[in-house]
Amino acid sequence: MVPLWMYLVVSAALFSIGTFTVLSRRNGVAVLMGVELMLNAVNINIVAFWRYTAPTEVNGLAFAAFIFVIAAAEAAVGLAIIITVYRNRHSVIPEEADLLRG
Amino acid sequence: MECVGLCEFVTSLGVSDMGLALFLGYLIGVLLVSGVPLVTVIFLIWIERKIAARIQDRIGPNRVGPFGLLQTVADLLKLLAKEDITPAAADRLLYNAAPIVSFASVVLIWAVIPIAPGFVGVDLDIGALYFVAVASLGTLAIMTAGWASNNKYALLGAFRVVALLVSYEIPLVFALVIPVMLAGSMSMVDIINAQSHMWFIFMAPVAMLMFAISSQAETGRAPFDLIEAESELIAGFNIEYSGMKFGMFFAAEFLHVFTNGILIAVLFMGGYLGLFYQFPLLGFLWLGLKGGLVYFVFLWVRNTVPRMRIDQVMRFNWFFLVPVSILNVILTALVLKLLQVWGIAPVNLAESSLLGVLPMTVILLLKDILMILFILGRISQEGRRARLDAERAHEQLLTAAAGD
Amino acid sequence: MADVSFSIALAFVIFSVISLGGALGVALNRNLFRGTIWLMVSLFGAAGLYVLLSAPFLAAVQILVYIGAIAILFTFAVMLTRSLTQVRERFTRVWANLVVAVLLFVLLIIGIIWPVWGSNPDLAQPVSDVVVSTTDLGVALVDRNGFVLPFEVASLLLTAAMIGAIVIAREADDEV
Repeated sequence: MVPLWMYLVVSAALFSIGTFTVLSRRNGVAVLMGVELMLNAVNINIVAFWRYTAPTEVNGLAFAAFIFVIAAAEAAVGLAIIITVYRNRHSVIPEEADLLRG
Repeated sequence: MECVGLCEFVTSLGVSDMGLALFLGYLIGVLLVSGVPLVTVIFLIWIERKIAARIQDRIGPNRVGPFGLLQTVADLLKLLAKEDITPAAADRLLYNAAPIVSFASVVLIWAVIPIAPGFVGVDLDIGALYFVAVASLGTLAIMTAGWASNNKYALLGAFRVVALLVSYEIPLVFALVIPVMLAGSMSMVDIINAQSHMWFIFMAPVAMLMFAISSQAETGRAPFDLIEAESELIAGFNIEYSGMKFGMFFAAEFLHVFTNGILIAVLFMGGYLGLFYQFPLLGFLWLGLKGGLVYFVFLWVRNTVPRMRIDQVMRFNWFFLVPVSILNVILTALVLKLLQVWGIAPVNLAESSLLGVLPMTVILLLKDILMILFILGRISQEGRRARLDAERAHEQLLTAAAGD
Repeated sequence: MADVSFSIALAFVIFSVISLGGALGVALNRNLFRGTIWLMVSLFGAAGLYVLLSAPFLAAVQILVYIGAIAILFTFAVMLTRSLTQVRERFTRVWANLVVAVLLFVLLIIGIIWPVWGSNPDLAQPVSDVVVSTTDLGVALVDRNGFVLPFEVASLLLTAAMIGAIVIAREADDEV
């Protein structure tokens, strides 16, 4: 079997790529895609830990299932907001949505 | 991982390395399992065209080969010989990958269908869920095809299709939950075994109807065939596809309808169960007969009813199918659990007997009939109210016109 | 069983490469629609990893929910927010952000993963090969002493998100 730390390295790499996407992409939809990548990385992490330390309990699986739910809810609401902002201001760039800046 | 089944066969041929024997065993299994749908689709296209022709009072293909049996082969050769065009500004990789993913998503379903007792590609614990997951990959292929064609009409067609497909997944999954609840497991083999005394069609006819309607919508069959709408919107998402790529979409659609027919036979009509089903060939025959019967009904409906508009289709889904399927799941879960707690229904259907399953069947059937009556009552109430409103509005119009 | 663990290691490498390659595609693409396809590829790789980790239910849910619904939602969003001019920079301050991401990755490995779990021989193998089944997960999700409260809260969250998304994205016309 593959040792645990390899799964953790894959998960960390996915998380870093997601962070890079969130921080540096100019398009709002791309930022949300980066957030989905980060949530995915966390999920892989949790399931790997569950499998290697406590596969006879159901906690890890349940936690991962709840993360699916939260990611779905967040993607839906986030994209709805982006579409509405685009409709009003014709721009999806997060940096340009700065009406409330002091 | 022990070496059983096909792997033993490979080892008996003289392959000594365990890993290689396992791999070859799996490879042969995959080829066999995917060979069944590929061979079936050739025969299927002929059946479809013949039956459609007879319903439309004509003969159908009868020139190529006896009774037109080789017509599919002729069509295949024609499609293969066509020029392979990719539109100039299309996304090459996605444009070429979409038909492959579409066909693959249908063939993948056959991996979990039990063809005969002991003959199943892989008996997954989550067979029913796997089926829905793989079917949702087909949605992705259609979206990609519509976008990659770089054609506004293809894109419009793809938008409508994806909205339709994603919406109709909901009643499909809810209808699928009923046989899973009755059998107590998502594995296809367990569902078939649980029907060894009474088929689920007698316990849950409404669920079977919901599943049939939703799966027809999922594959884009009439009355939901606005996906292609050959006479409007040109051809929907596959406008720019010609030659063998169009052939793959075409074959994928036909195979998908037949696969849904087989799935209904497995989930609700007992799969390979029948007289003397222990002989694999007879079990296969029973499954083919049941699946073919359901497929014939699908073809019958397809060639008889007109096409629905997209807003009618969406309205039908969100205002009728989804509430009814949710209600069905809630009622079935309630009734089933109560019956199991009171001891009227056996917990393990496979090990019970016909007499043990009978009271449960009668009560569930009664529940379905009551639900249907209630829904019909609501529909007629709505219809009466709408008619009264229309008459009232008409009278007001008349009095207003007379008063001028 | 050296040959079986070889095939498991091979499958792990393949699915990891698919997952990370898709993620790189999401981060670096020029064409946002291709980006959503790369996202689907990456999620598919993650589903493969779940199968390797003996969680087939999660793999099927990943394909059904993430690829079959969320990624398609992203595709719709990309198409509905197309900017007329495609001449636009992809990144803001790309090098600073790249340094941050690489630093994060290196810190995670050196600071957390290797010291705590990398050199620990106990965790090279899973603790046991007896894995909880999907039935047990289902029972635990509605068990009074299990996860029934988070389950109900999650369904409430989904309902709220659904209603919220519809209300936010609706066109402001005469219907209230």
